[in-house]
Amino acid sequence: MRTLSLGLVLFAFWLALSGHYTPFLISVGGVCVVFCLWIAQRMQVLDPEGHPIGMLPGTLTYYPWLAFEILKSSLAVAKIILAPSLPISPTMTTVTARQKTPVGIATFGNSITLTPSTLTTGISGNEITIHALTREAANDVQSARMNSRVTQFEGRT
Amino acid sequence: MTLELLIQSASWVLLVVGSVFVVIGAVGLLRMPDIYTRLHAASLIETLGAGCLLLGLMLQAGATLVTLKLVAIFLLFLFTAPVATHAVAQAALHQDIQPRLAEDRRTQVDAPPEREGA
Repeated sequence: MRTLSLGLVLFAFWLALSGHYTPFLISVGGVCVVFCLWIAQRMQVLDPEGHPIGMLPGTLTYYPWLAFEILKSSLAVAKIILAPSLPISPTMTTVTARQKTPVGIATFGNSITLTPSTLTTGISGNEITIHALTREAANDVQSARMNSRVTQFEGRT
Repeated sequence: MTLELLIQSASWVLLVVGSVFVVIGAVGLLRMPDIYTRLHAASLIETLGAGCLLLGLMLQAGATLVTLKLVAIFLLFLFTAPVATHAVAQAALHQDIQPRLAEDRRTQVDAPPEREGA
């Protein structure tokens, strides 16, 4: 089942990137897809972690939310950079990730790093170490708004 | 004709806004005091800067395969950029480059950061 969905995704990717729809090139694509599936099978990476296709519906609501968060904090960082006094107050802190799966924790860590005023410097188990540009940004991460949002996103799989 | 004009204007607004954010990010890279704060300025470039530029280019390309490829580039950015930023920050911490902090709320400061995984 997972093999089939990975095959479909790979073949769609081939069609999107190729742009030449002659029988020869399409069959070459098919051969490549089968070869990749065979390698994935041999490497045993065809598990929920290697191909988390079940998270796809969740991304439809999670990514727009994340994009809005990125926009907000980008504007805040741009304001700080352009302010003559450079009002930064770098803060390091730790947050406990509430996600249960490695994919969920990685999503949370990456989301923190993607938002311009915070970045993940280390993860051990559930503890995520964070460097924030300002005290406010650190407070925001600790307020668990993003934390619970990612957990919700993870839970839908 | 008017729709064409609308799409063109939206596209150019996005391209200009993206460029402005790239420049602001570059200024930030120069102004920030240490490596960790500089990374924050750099992530401004790779999220909003690159995002706006790619969206503007997608509007230029219209409903073609080029747009699909731009979406693929955008997704690649979305997954690789934070990993690269994280790797740089963690490498700096491993080298004992101390961040200049206004406040430190870490629970165990002395423990070296663990390797990711496990």
